[in-house]
Amino acid sequence: MNIVVVLKHIPSVADELPVRGNQVDFDSVDFVLNEWDEQSLEQAALIKEALGGTVTAIGVDVIGELDNLLHLALAKGADRAVKIAADDAGADSHRQAKWLSEAIRPMAPDLVLVGVQASNDIDGQLGPLLAAYLDLPYIGVVSSIEVQDGTALMNKEFAGGFGARYSVRLPFVAGVQVAPKPPRYAPVSKIRQIAQTAKIEVLEPSGEADSGLVFRKVAPPVVSGHAEMIEGSPKEIAARLVALLKERGLA
Amino acid sequence: MSKDILVVAEHFNGKIADVTFEMVGKARELAAGLGGKVVALVIGAGVEANDLASDATLQVNEPALTEFNPEAYARIVEAVVQEQAPRLVMFGWTSMGMDLAAWLSGRTGAPCAAYVRDLRLENGGLVISCQAYNGKLIAEVEPQGEMTIAACLAGSFPTEAGRGATAATSIPSPIALDSLRVRFVEAIQPPPGDVDITTQAKLVAVGRGIGGKENIELAEELAEKLGAVVAASRPVVDAGWLPRTRQVGKSGLKVKPKLYLMLGISGAPEHLEGMKDAELIIAINTDKKAPIFNVAHYGATADLFEVAEAMLELL
Ligand SMILES: Cc1cc2nc3c(=O)[nH]c(=O)nc-3n(C[C@H](O)[C@H](O)[C@H](O)COP(=O)(O)OP(=O)(O)OC[C@H]3O[C@@H](n4cnc5c(N)ncnc54)[C@H](O)[C@@H]3O)c2cc1C
Repeated sequence: MNIVVVLKHIPSVADELPVRGNQVDFDSVDFVLNEWDEQSLEQAALIKEALGGTVTAIGVDVIGELDNLLHLALAKGADRAVKIAADDAGADSHRQAKWLSEAIRPMAPDLVLVGVQASNDIDGQLGPLLAAYLDLPYIGVVSSIEVQDGTALMNKEFAGGFGARYSVRLPFVAGVQVAPKPPRYAPVSKIRQIAQTAKIEVLEPSGEADSGLVFRKVAPPVVSGHAEMIEGSPKEIAARLVALLKERGLA
Repeated sequence: MSKDILVVAEHFNGKIADVTFEMVGKARELAAGLGGKVVALVIGAGVEANDLASDATLQVNEPALTEFNPEAYARIVEAVVQEQAPRLVMFGWTSMGMDLAAWLSGRTGAPCAAYVRDLRLENGGLVISCQAYNGKLIAEVEPQGEMTIAACLAGSFPTEAGRGATAATSIPSPIALDSLRVRFVEAIQPPPGDVDITTQAKLVAVGRGIGGKENIELAEELAEKLGAVVAASRPVVDAGWLPRTRQVGKSGLKVKPKLYLMLGISGAPEHLEGMKDAELIIAINTDKKAPIFNVAHYGATADLFEVAEAMLELL
């Protein structure tokens, strides 16, 4: 099995997201691995454990710090690490998917795994775009993949706990929502050790695509109602909440 | 290029899903401004599709497609889009639409807007609001070119304006169905048993901020004192801290309790889809910019453990 896992390096939503002009101020935010990519990494590792093969981790290096994520991927079972040196913090999904497709096509993968979405996928997710550019089928919101004899049996989630099982002939692109097991832990010592010896292949961006979206404005939501904020110490907040619930017959 | 709007309908168990009515209603408003028609596309036979307020409803009458098949649906939509050359194609930003919208964009080169909360016309052009970055920012974008693809968050528009009585017209599948690589095998049902969180009057909902399985007990205690049941955001369930039956949101359950007390949930659009209509929403979160405070009725920027412990002492 030749599995490619795509990593997307994105602005962290844990902190404030300052805006400059019509975009996030990329210089003053932390970039993190898209959380669903951890799931696709885990899914890739599980398939490799079951069937053997190689896992290639690849991503667009948007701010010049992708090495850290690639080291993490290697520590979690990837065999090969590739970065597309773009240095383009605002690269949209279309552009990244195009570059990735040019890099991935010659790898002739059996399976390409991508996180189901990223919080900055304003022009759509990498997975379906990659599938379109690579002329492969796409199936997303996937919660398990088992491969046997050139075919994958996989579960896709809908709403309310409903889902469906599909069989898909390889190769294809899957958008992973969750792996069958929680992502494995890679000790920092192991990542450090890998960082010292790992060889990361570097590719130049090739191919052109554009989201076709012109950004007019990026700003925190204008809301009709903001919560009435209860101030004070935790004890004061608790007292106010309990009083409120009692008033309404809810406690 | 026509001025028409193609709404790709979503259905489940033979019935049109709410997100479709929402989109058709919005499409009618936009079509009136554009001077075009609203065409709904229903893929699959046996779906009750005569209740949309579209100008026309096309139904691909293939029994084999009544269950969602991402490959077949994608290629059918592509073929219909090629033939009809609509101004706008609308999908739900749902498990189904998420498989189709960006793919169609990659195939056609037409721009795609995802996480769509609103669309409007300005000087004949579309302006689309996307709820990005986990709901922390809204991006207003102007798609260029003749066709636009929009993937709309469920619950963004009222359903009423999309309800009507347009009779569906059957069309044959525009693509061959015998060489598909993706095959539907079987439906997966929700796990049985456990409490039904959709019928509870009070829920104490925990998010990733609860930190670990060992802390669920605190939420259980608080819930018990309040006569409530514990619900959760998706990461809590994915981590195995609570069963899937407790998950609220897009891929979980929709709830409308009298009280929804939230501990350490950020308020991502996917979570809001499941609970925004609760009667009283109270959120405790250490991040004063957490998007949940835009939706909650009462909020406090505080540590959930300290507040929960203090509430337990008072109850
Ligand atoms: C297709 C799809 C379907 C999805 N379906 C669902 C769904 O059904 N339901 C769902 O919930 N999500 C769903 N998601 C996931 C969703 O996008 C978010 O990732 C998720 O809702 C985030 O959960 P959270 O708020 O618990 O975690 P986070 O976003 O990580 O938020 C944790 C919050 O806890 C706060 N916090 C941390 N420590 C403390 C403390 N000590 N005291 C107080 N606050 C604290 C932080 O400030 C933060 O705001 C779906 C995603 C996809 C792609």
